[in-house]
Amino acid sequence: MMRYPPMGLLAGLLIVLSMPGLAATDAAEDAARWDILHDMYFKDRPIEEAGTLIRIDAPARAHDAALVPVRIEVEPSLRLKSLSLLVDKNPVPLAATFRFGPASAGSGIETRVRVNEYTNLHAVGETQDGRLLMTAVYVKAAGGCSAPAVKDPQEAMARLGRIKVKLPEALSPGSPATAQVMVSHPNSSGLQFDQVSRTYIPAHYIQSILIRAGGRTVLEADTDISISEDPNLRFSFLPTGGGSLEVVAQDTKGATFTHSVPLTAAAAKGDPAL
Amino acid sequence: MRTAIGLKVGGVVLRLLVAALPASAEPLPVTEVAPGVFVHQGAIAEPAPDNAGDTANMGFVVGDSFVAVIDTGGTPQLGVRLREAIAARTGRKPVIVINTHMHPDHIFGNAAFAGVPIAGHANLRDALAARQEIYRQRLTEELGSEAAAGIAPVRVDRPVAEDVRVDLGNRILVLTAYPTAHTNNDLTVFDRKTGTLFTGDLLFVDHVPAVDGNAMGWLRVIDRLERVPAVRAVPGHGPVRVAWPGALDAQRRYLTVLVEGVRRVLTAGGGIQDAVAHVAEEERERWLLFDAYNPRNVTATFAELEWE
Repeated sequence: MMRYPPMGLLAGLLIVLSMPGLAATDAAEDAARWDILHDMYFKDRPIEEAGTLIRIDAPARAHDAALVPVRIEVEPSLRLKSLSLLVDKNPVPLAATFRFGPASAGSGIETRVRVNEYTNLHAVGETQDGRLLMTAVYVKAAGGCSAPAVKDPQEAMARLGRIKVKLPEALSPGSPATAQVMVSHPNSSGLQFDQVSRTYIPAHYIQSILIRAGGRTVLEADTDISISEDPNLRFSFLPTGGGSLEVVAQDTKGATFTHSVPLTAAAAKGDPAL
Repeated sequence: MRTAIGLKVGGVVLRLLVAALPASAEPLPVTEVAPGVFVHQGAIAEPAPDNAGDTANMGFVVGDSFVAVIDTGGTPQLGVRLREAIAARTGRKPVIVINTHMHPDHIFGNAAFAGVPIAGHANLRDALAARQEIYRQRLTEELGSEAAAGIAPVRVDRPVAEDVRVDLGNRILVLTAYPTAHTNNDLTVFDRKTGTLFTGDLLFVDHVPAVDGNAMGWLRVIDRLERVPAVRAVPGHGPVRVAWPGALDAQRRYLTVLVEGVRRVLTAGGGIQDAVAHVAEEERERWLLFDAYNPRNVTATFAELEWE
């Protein structure tokens, strides 16, 4: 009968462990973690708080740790050279770096990430004159990197490499428009374990996405395993009169996937409007 | 061995034997919903210490020769207690364990049925291989490592691609595998003798449905299920028995509201967070565990429908 410790005692221990004292330690740990990431990715370059210039939005408690929507808003006057998104406590913290080209119409980005444990997400913007600006948000989610995200593997494999572009119904040359690019890919993290074969499913993910409008670069994204399956980007660009929006995505097995959508209002209906 | 002793010398001795073991195996309470068809009702709750992980329905069907076990509960210990419930009700032996799908609250009791063949959807083995370790970790977090100890390795001995019949002796069970719906490995069990359909989690009653497969596919499967000539169903979560096919209505309404709501957000150009904030809100008062599952259902359905 005494094999189990009395539940009351256990419950008491748990309550003590979750007391605010621990939260303070957590905050210190989070800061220490960020110091390491700062060194790793930005060396000794100073990083300023972005204040209201860059905002990052994500659900405080994620509903699906393998698919956490993140929206980074950037003050329109602030034309960034690049924007990095980090999930501090993930095995590979740098989720993506976006470099903006001449056809970009603002540096805001929306995407979806995996979150492996309660963590800060950091967005770090690099201005044209080389300043680094950062902002952070805390997300409660766990298990996103090792989660078996693909709900229907057969369907996922059949769709692998398919790219879908969503454009607004009306496009006028020179005025900013929002587009969404979706790349169907399992984005296997290499951390997903197969219980029967007793092996990890090999990493296989999209590592770059290039988007051009009318032949000019909108953005180039370097992406890693913290990006959710079916990588999904929402961004602003400057439509040209005619031409097309081109997407080139490459994965870690060397496969290249491309898709091109004409930049005319009529053609935009081919892929359903936003 | 314990089962054999219990059978020979009767319930009183079995009970004494059980009391002497710290890992108590008190038989699970079961209800005979139709002659020879027994169901244990799980709590409508998330697995937690106060329910010991007993959060899904499970049951067994007794034929003239053998017993079929349908789902085994959320921990090895619940499987042992189900085994004791079977021994308390019949001298016949389990000849097959049927897993209605991959979710841990339905399968971790498999450990108590070593040596009994396990039947499941043809996709079950791969689906579980990819998830069982995560499920085990989650159970450890929810109930502690004691509860998760002894979980059996993934085993599916009788994969079901479409239909399979199991003869229990003057009693035929029909096992039917479905395309992706609640999960990509849903299976139903139909007892022709009494017209009883074990739906697994293809039917939720009171507990809000959880989409871990494909909401559109689930709606199509509901249309197929409705034609099964059953008189009663045993849902994966909810009462031990419900009227058929009327019990499908509430779930169909929820999934329809979910799909239509997500489509409206997509058409308006909204994102996942907009959808999570509003979609299916009108269903909130009609279900238990709404906040635990609806946001996830909306997220999954959004990611599904944006490819339409």
